[in-house]
Parts: sequence; structure tokens; C-alpha cells
Amino acid sequence: MAKVTIDGKTIEVPDGTSILQAARMIGPDVAPPTMCYHSKLKTSGGYCRTCLVEVTKGSDKDPRPMPKLVASCRTNVMDGMEVGNLTSPKVVEARKGVVEFLLLNHPLDCPICDQAGECHLQDLGYDHGSAKTRTDFERRTFEKISLGDKIQLHMTRCILCYRCVKVADQITDNRVHGVLNRGDHSEISTYIEKVIDNDFSGNMIDVCPVGALTDKTFRFKSRVWFTKPVCANRNCDKCSGKVHLWYKGEEVLRVTGRKDQWGEVEEFICNTCRYDKKKTSDWEIEGPAEVNRHSVISANHYQVLKKGSEFKLNDIKPLPITEGEGS
Amino acid sequence: MGKKLLLANDHVPGIKNYEVYRANGGYKSVEKAIKTMSPDAVVEEVKKSGLRGRGGAGFPTGMKWSFLAKPEGVARYIVCNADESEPGTFKDRYLMSRIPHILIEGMITSGFALGATAGYIYIRGEYFYIVSILEKAIEEAYQNGWLGKNILGSGFDYDLYVQVGAGAYICGEETALLESLEGKRGNPRIKPPFPAIAGLYGCPTVVNNVETIAAVVPIINEGGEAYAAVGIGKSAGTKLISASGHINKPGVYEIEMGITVEDFIYSDEYCGGIINGRKLKAVVAGGSSVPILPADKILTTPAGEKRLMSYESLSEGGFASGTMLGSGGFIVMDETTSIVQNLHTFARFYHHESCGQCSPCREGTGWMEKILHKILDGHGTMADIELLWEIQAKIEGNTICPLGDAAAWPVASAIRHFRSEFEEFVQNPTNLKKVRHYESVNQLVSA
Repeated sequence: MAKVTIDGKTIEVPDGTSILQAARMIGPDVAPPTMCYHSKLKTSGGYCRTCLVEVTKGSDKDPRPMPKLVASCRTNVMDGMEVGNLTSPKVVEARKGVVEFLLLNHPLDCPICDQAGECHLQDLGYDHGSAKTRTDFERRTFEKISLGDKIQLHMTRCILCYRCVKVADQITDNRVHGVLNRGDHSEISTYIEKVIDNDFSGNMIDVCPVGALTDKTFRFKSRVWFTKPVCANRNCDKCSGKVHLWYKGEEVLRVTGRKDQWGEVEEFICNTCRYDKKKTSDWEIEGPAEVNRHSVISANHYQVLKKGSEFKLNDIKPLPITEGEGS
Repeated sequence: MGKKLLLANDHVPGIKNYEVYRANGGYKSVEKAIKTMSPDAVVEEVKKSGLRGRGGAGFPTGMKWSFLAKPEGVARYIVCNADESEPGTFKDRYLMSRIPHILIEGMITSGFALGATAGYIYIRGEYFYIVSILEKAIEEAYQNGWLGKNILGSGFDYDLYVQVGAGAYICGEETALLESLEGKRGNPRIKPPFPAIAGLYGCPTVVNNVETIAAVVPIINEGGEAYAAVGIGKSAGTKLISASGHINKPGVYEIEMGITVEDFIYSDEYCGGIINGRKLKAVVAGGSSVPILPADKILTTPAGEKRLMSYESLSEGGFASGTMLGSGGFIVMDETTSIVQNLHTFARFYHHESCGQCSPCREGTGWMEKILHKILDGHGTMADIELLWEIQAKIEGNTICPLGDAAAWPVASAIRHFRSEFEEFVQNPTNLKKVRHYESVNQLVSA
């Protein structure tokens, strides 16, 4: 076991825990933001640099501070380590820089982006970025390529988190896409425009933190905050069958994997569940999904019933919106 | 004449060939190490020599070797980093093309010391003509029993391969090099684990520069202490310096560390002074990544002493008034040089070579290049200079590998020491057209 103090809060965690995991165990107040790290994907993280923290004391044995800021997702705790996240001015400054870099070539086309409302980059920019842009250079664009009829790629929005590459490597049987080119011309692409087609490819959409990979079957159908996530499951021979159904009225607009409080997929689902089962009768409904009250999706708040078994679809009704009341 | 250890036989005709090399004392270090020394004794000798990594970072080689994990039943590798891509550095090219056998010999001796099963020479793709030179040398070494199974009857098996890179600066970073060597995209790995624990194919690996490995040969031949006696203080031995720029005699020089910078630039033995007798303006002392220094700061230390060609003396004063020895890419600029134009060239290089893995370097290098381009085009503002400064500060130290730092330091140092020149570019854009034809900014200022 190792005792680690993050922003003045101490926790004891098993050896081999990363600083980020330890911070998440303490709570959302001290957890650094992440863009490329995904708890269910091995070797993810380290690329985006948003989770940089300052290690002010290495360990009890070797109390020297670490010379540079470290990526908390890829640095393990040591006994007696002291870490500064939001309390470290260096970290706050560096993170502001990282957000600026991530947004430098991002098109900021949120008004027409399907990811808006559940986009990690929006949240990151809002929480850690600055309000003003300092660049007036033309933003980088790419030639459009097609990944097939299920997944829409918008390379201009991509922040190169490599999550979709790791999904293809780790949970599908064949990766046909990857990162081509170098530097700020790097792009997610398939070699010679191959179609991405396998049973688990849809998870690439769920792990994408921005609107670079979106669901073609859901495209432009609705803003996410007009839809209601509902937990449901079905007996699936390929995956766990545990999903969120996103309703608008009585229609299921899309099916996604369930995400935890950090916005990371809990269990990956197969493409049959995602694309072919869009009727309520395909599913056993468990109840409304928990949505963080700070999320715009909860602006569409609905009455929550106590038990899943008591839940009936038609009972989900939006609360009346009274004028003058905050969301 | 200073002492020469690596290029001592450079003048011998035919030294490229095995027979001539052997007749001039070649492969003696392999004989000595394998027949009379234990592997640990070789490592000990390198430690005693005080040899430091010649690729740029200057990390003590003996210490690096002693970090190598030695688990039972797991192969160990030694990799020679011949991906010499730092702008202004061409010493390894010179050494490999003139005396290829010294590298082969160093690889065998080092491989023996580390108990490696195989060695790899990862050479940059642009050096295609050296590949055949090295392959011929390796072939000759095999034929004469220096490589292969049971070398010199000692039971030591060791193979040596040359692998050609595909022309990426980033593959000179040791973990990106290993990725590339494994046949993958050359992206730097996130450390830890360090290569000494899990390197090539997950096995413990040591990665050393060409010059470092070649230096093992004189160390074993003459003893670590004799090597440590050459040079000054912790900068032991000799260093190959690639001298380029506005000097009368550009080329590769083997210097004994500790000579003064002034001597190196002006003496006839080395650079032979500035071209056409012009004035020295600035020097980039260790390859494009290290901070640029104006003439007064490169010639004298902050303490007012003459600056020496050594790791310690060049870095005296920190980054505020010092620089680094780096890989020894010594670029001299005379008074006609425009620092802003030069910086733009460097920035363009780092933008082109960033691997794109982590965001500060991927986005920041491009941004800096665009701003410098804007300034050169005459559309710059004073705020742009501040912005440049802030961008470099946000890249430095926040990236996965040192390429981010390498891109940030030239920008920081150019603004630190030559801010007035940036301001001149911003304030008098009409003068720029003249400057763009490589006329001196100084002349314009004085006129």
C-alpha cells in the first residue's frame, strides 16, 4: 500500500496505482481532467497532457520533487508522495496551455457537431481554458475520407488521443485504421480508404472524446440534450448487452455503451446491439440513466422512479419548465 | 596539435578496409576485452574513463551501462544510434564513412561488456551510402572471426545488424528508435519503463551514440584512467565537433575537451576564423536544439573567464547566459546573419519533424512557425513576440520526449538574446525586403 496526498487530501492505495486513479478515488474535486486516458483500454494515456500534475515530494524514501510536471495517468504513486493538481499554479498554467494547443486547430463547430453536449473538449475548455483565442491563423483541414456506413469521421475535430486505435487493437479482431503522417498533419485514417467493418467497431465512437467519430445512424437527428438516456439490457451472445438507449419521445435514436462518471465506457458493446436493435421491444428496460447534474443532458431532467421494475417508458415525462427558474 | 583518439588514423590511406585497420592496431580492444577481462571489468573501465554520452544529453555511459537489467534467460541488446539528424551535426557520418571498423569494434567490445546477444546499428535513411560501407565492414569482421558464434574461442556469441531508418528526426530519440527498429511507427514511448529495463522487443537494451561506442575502443586499449586524463574535469576525453557556418574551414574536428571556444573558432588548427574577416555574431554550440548565444556570451562565461569547449563550461550560467555542448554541432554565424530568419528555419524543421503524439509539441511547433513566418512577412506585432515566448514556455518540459524542449529552446534563446532584432522586424517591415536577401540587419540598424 502507498499513501499519497493530492491537493492536501490523503488516501491509501495499492502499489502500482497511478496518480490519476488515486485522485479519482479521492473524488472529482481533485481528479485531473483527461482526454486520452481511458480506464478500460490498456496503454492509453500520456498523449494529451491535460492530466499533468506537479509532484512536490517524490516519496518518503526519496523526498525530492520531480523536475518536470508528469502525466498523472502514466505515473505510479510512491509511498509518501505529495502531488499538486489544482493547488499548483504551475499545473494550472500548463493545463491552460494544453487546452489552448488542443483548441488551436479545432474547428469549434459545436453548433453543428453531434458531440456537443457530451464532448470532453467542451468541458475541458470551459473548466480549464481561457475565454479568448490568441490565434487568427487558418485552421488545419483534411481531405474527407469515408469509413463506411456506420461511422462518420471528422478529422478536423480530432485531438489524436489514440483511443480509437487502441479500441481497434484491443477489442476488435482486426485493426484497419491508424494514424497516418506526422506532426500536426497526423490523421486518423484507414489505409487506402478501407471500410471499418467488424463487430465491435462502433466502440470507436463511444471512446472518442470529441466529435471526430460520430454515429452515422444518429447523425443530425437530435441534439443530445433533447434525448433521454435509459439503461437497458438484452441477452446478447457477443457482448454484455448493457447499454444506454437514447430516447426522443418514444423513439430510440441511438444506442451507446454505458459511461461512468468520468465519461469512460463501462463495458464495450457489439454492433448488433448498437445499430440493429433500435426498438424498445428489443430491450429490457432497467430505468433512467444517471446523468451528472452539471451536464446539459440533465437540463432535460425527467422524473426518476425508484425501482427499475416499476419503470414504464411512458412515465418518463419532462418536468415543466417554469420561467425564472434555473436549470 | 591536440590528442586524437578516434580520428588518430584518419590520414592512413585505405583505413576503411579491414587489413589496413587491423595493421594499425584495429580490433585490439576486442582481443584485450575478451581474452583478458571479464564483462564487468570492461564496464568498470568505462566508468573509470568518465565517458559521457556523445549524442547530446551527456549522460555518463558507465552509469547507463550499469543500469541495464540482467534477468536470467532474457536476451539483452545493444543499439547504436546512428540516426544523426540534429541540424548542424555530421560527425557520425564522417566517422562511419572514414573509419567504419572503429564502430564495429566498439559495438563488439560494448556488446561483450553488456552480455548482449545482438547489436543493431540504426542508421538514418539519408546515409544510404554509409550503409554499404558498414555492411562491408561487418562482413569483413565476420570473415575474420570477430563476429558470429564463439568469438575468439571464448564462447561469446554476438551478431551485428545494420537497420536503415526512413528519414525521421524523431527516430533519433531512443525509444522512438526502438519502436522504428521493431518495425512500428516511430513514436517515442512513454517512460518509464526505460530501455535499460524494457527496450527492444521488451528486453533490456542500451542505446548509445556512434561516437560513444567508438570511444570505448581507446578506453579499453589504453585504460579508463588514461582516457580520463584527457580533457578537463568531468568532460573527459575527446569530442568530435561538426563545425559549420561562416567559418574559413568547416568540417569535423576531434578536439581535446577544454580548449577555449575562441581558439576553436579563430585558430588555424580548427575553424580558422570567420569568413572574409567579418565579425562573429552568434554561435549555436551543440546542434540546432541548444540555445543560441551571442558572441560575447559564447566567448566568455558570466564569471568573465574564457569559455571552454566542455560540457560544464558551455552550460555555465544556465540558460540565461549559457548553452550546452549537445551533440557538438557547432554553427557559427557572422554579422550578416538574420537571427529571425535563422530561427524560422529551425522552427520549420521542428514543425516538420514533430511526431504528433502529444499535443503541446504537435500544435505548438506549428504555431511558432506560423508566427515567425508572419513576422518575416512583415505582418508581425509586438504581441506576437510575447506570444512566441509564451508558447515556447508552455511546450518546454510538458512533452513526452525532448523534441518539445528542442523546439522551445532555440526560440527562447533567440528572443532572450536578440529581442531587438525581432522588434526591428516588427517595426520596420519596409526594410524587410532587403533583409530577406540576407543583408545584415545590423547594417540596416546602423544605417
